[in-house]
Amino acid sequence: MFRRLRDRTATSGDVAFTIDGKLVSADAEDSVAAAALASGVLRFRTSTVSGEPRGPYCMMGVCFECLLTIDGRPNQQACMVKVRPGMRVETQSGKPSVAP
Amino acid sequence: MTTSNFDLAVIGGGPAGMAAASVAAERGLRTVLIDEQEYLGGQIYRSITRTPLKKRDILGTDYWRGEDLVRSFRASGATHWPSTTVWSISRELELGLSSGGKARLEKFKHVILATGAVERPTPIEGWTLPGVMGAGAAQILLKTSGMVHDGVVIAGSGPLIWLIAAQYLSAGARIEAILDTTPAGAIWRSLPALPEFLFSSYLGKGLGLLAEVRRKVKIISNVSYLRAEGDGRLQAVVYRRSGREERMSTDLLLLHTGVIPNLNLANATGCSQAWDAVQRCFRPNADSWGATSVEGVSVAGDGAGILGAEAAAYSGRTAALGALFRLERITLKDRDAIASTEQAGLRKVSRGRRFLDLIYQPSPAIPSDPTKACRCEEVTVAQIRNATAMGAVGPNQVKSFLRCGMGPCQGRLCGNTVTQVMAAERGVSPADVGYYRLRSPVKPLTLAELASMPRDESDMKAVYRN
Amino acid sequence: MAELSPDVIVIGGGIHGISAALHLAMTGCRVVALEKDHCGRHASGVNAGGVRTLARDPAEVPLSLAALDMWYAIGDLVGDDCGFECHGQIQIAETEADLVMLRSRVDGLRASGYHHEEIIDRRELAELLPAVSDTCVGAAIARRDGAAIPFRTVLAFQRRAKDFGVVFREGEGVARLRRLARDWEVTTSLGERLTAPTIVNCAGVWAGKIAQQVGDQAPVEATAPMMMVTLPIQRVMEPVVIGSSRPLSLKQLANGTVLIGGGQSGTPVPHENRTELDFSKLHRSCVTVSELFPILRGLTVVRAWAGLEARMSDGIPVIGAGSAEGVFHAFGFSAHGFQLGPIVGRIIADLIVRQATDMPIRPFGIQRFAGCNA
Repeated sequence: MFRRLRDRTATSGDVAFTIDGKLVSADAEDSVAAAALASGVLRFRTSTVSGEPRGPYCMMGVCFECLLTIDGRPNQQACMVKVRPGMRVETQSGKPSVAP
Repeated sequence: MTTSNFDLAVIGGGPAGMAAASVAAERGLRTVLIDEQEYLGGQIYRSITRTPLKKRDILGTDYWRGEDLVRSFRASGATHWPSTTVWSISRELELGLSSGGKARLEKFKHVILATGAVERPTPIEGWTLPGVMGAGAAQILLKTSGMVHDGVVIAGSGPLIWLIAAQYLSAGARIEAILDTTPAGAIWRSLPALPEFLFSSYLGKGLGLLAEVRRKVKIISNVSYLRAEGDGRLQAVVYRRSGREERMSTDLLLLHTGVIPNLNLANATGCSQAWDAVQRCFRPNADSWGATSVEGVSVAGDGAGILGAEAAAYSGRTAALGALFRLERITLKDRDAIASTEQAGLRKVSRGRRFLDLIYQPSPAIPSDPTKACRCEEVTVAQIRNATAMGAVGPNQVKSFLRCGMGPCQGRLCGNTVTQVMAAERGVSPADVGYYRLRSPVKPLTLAELASMPRDESDMKAVYRN
Repeated sequence: MAELSPDVIVIGGGIHGISAALHLAMTGCRVVALEKDHCGRHASGVNAGGVRTLARDPAEVPLSLAALDMWYAIGDLVGDDCGFECHGQIQIAETEADLVMLRSRVDGLRASGYHHEEIIDRRELAELLPAVSDTCVGAAIARRDGAAIPFRTVLAFQRRAKDFGVVFREGEGVARLRRLARDWEVTTSLGERLTAPTIVNCAGVWAGKIAQQVGDQAPVEATAPMMMVTLPIQRVMEPVVIGSSRPLSLKQLANGTVLIGGGQSGTPVPHENRTELDFSKLHRSCVTVSELFPILRGLTVVRAWAGLEARMSDGIPVIGAGSAEGVFHAFGFSAHGFQLGPIVGRIIADLIVRQATDMPIRPFGIQRFAGCNA
């Protein structure tokens, strides 16, 4: 899948967070979507209409395909959210539930 | 209604926005540049201040032109509101803004929309499979996170195909193939003139780089059909060439057929639009100062009509001059004198652009029946054609009927397709069919954000009974 | 051409016009329906879809109850279930004062012989609506109420009406209306002339102008009731919810999206066929929802809109004969007309064909506005 170019600047630090409970490390400026793709996650959610698998398409906040639940908040556009240490990210299956 | 401390809101941090804000601020307007991204650059100069790529060559010399714009902006005295979404603009120029999880309303004296372009939706069967993305998405991953994918297939038509291929090669990534859907003859007819226009704008290395891509990458031309296949994710792309169907294995397919104006905010604000028959897209109606049909709202850059990054800067500065004149900060004489340089520059780069438009003019062919035109609500081309055959005359009617366009993307990925499918079915021009009638909020926001808006006086006094 | 001289010309292709056309055609009348945009373009296509007998003006109650019976058989009437779901409608009492008001209304209804509304206590409210804040003290409920899908309903009615021979002329409005001997002559916006002994004015926001041309006064106020819809979430709400002291309308559709309305009007611009949203008012609806349903605070609003709706000063519609011969009106439903669609069509057809209706429509007479400046 996607790989990181080795020749990157030091703005890349290690940010550790989880996707569906699995530990993932990211660069400091990564969007959640980029970090997820880099860690091999391609399917972010299933469609609320048909249940078919969906993943990021545009990476710029236009397509609304990269929706993930982040720290309990559903339907976040993962390409528009920067990674944070300790973030809890979950892929979405059909209609997500609302956080209390 | 809260009146802003700023006179002018420039929306969009790309070349048009930065240029417009710089000029306006330099000449004394209290100016704020509002951008939903965290860093300046928009999409074309994405991550220009923060890219992790060490080798500047990878992205090409034209990319780095953006640094001048950033420098000017930072020196101009304009304010920058990053990570701030504009989700509505009223006719009174009251902007709905959202940042840090809170929304607010703020009224300005003038607004310049520099919201840029989006990739033209390129619907093919199977395009909703994970592993199918727009070419621009791969560029963003490269620029922002230094990521590439070996074995990528790039399909479609247009300058960006060659740009991303060159950038990938420069980064040492392997490209499986380029599937060029440009119709037969177009490239060869125009090849002698192509480098002058295309590569002078974007790559700066001219024919050499185009030749390098053609030398190093398998290029399949005259591709007439594409289909993405896979179980749960992309595994192969099927294509047709010279009447034969072939299959190519891949994990990543990048689709691209050009860019079109990002017109959701202009549309929702009430700016009238027109169909551009050459570029086959809608664009807001605007005069030579970018002024739209809504008083106090101007457009600049690719959001006004696709002319590319260099033109965007000229267009942004021209729009700023228009705003300065409207707000009586410069005289007509001064406005016209200063603008003449910008307009000359704009004319120069536009000449090249128009030629490009003709070579890469998108095909009027509509996607096949099973193709999902609307990804959000999963509405197929066949369903839209049926609804049109049964009497729906425009996209708004078909939207009510089939729900296409009702999803969160608000037509950004289906609007162009729906209009063209209906036009083909009715046998009329897309101009006669029209586009979705969009509404605010132009970007989603949570109930909590809307609820957090500062209460105004009438809220305090309001008896909640209707 | 027979099409240009029907028995009845219906003006307006919203739910009431189409329902009237259908019911007339069912009795054998030849009907032409004129619609200046497309059917369901305005209020009828974009409302909250509430099928509600709850919290009605007393004058509307008998009509609403009769309409609800028709909704329960809507599939027979129009060949489509219209997305009608019935999980009840609940009017929340936030405070004791609210509850007192609701109780008094329910008592009044019972005294008049109507038992469709009940008062429920805090405990039962929590059972029926687990997502509601426990600060709410109780509610009024109409258990047989529900919601349907407006545009789908309009199309279903239109399809059935066409089956019965109604001719719809969409994209064609009324340019001029005048009396010719024993008929009404309609000159359309496309220059056609239609004549008929009977016309039905279902022109919504534009009904006042039509009424004027036939010698009636009706001060129609244009409004733009605003709605918001969210991204889909898991099912959290079965009944439809409305507010009492604070305007609110909240329902979750089958596709998981949540529809938020609530009596806040934006700015109507009828002569340009459009409306403007007022976010400072939508903000209030969001505050209400957030306070009453805290778990919904994280919901993502993806779209807002506002239809063009006609409001009468007393909040109830105009239904019935006009002063001139051959004129009938059904308009001004003041943001709660959708549910009444089926019965209004039947009433109009009865008035035209049998010169009488079994429904008590006197409170809705247009004559109550005689002498008002439109």
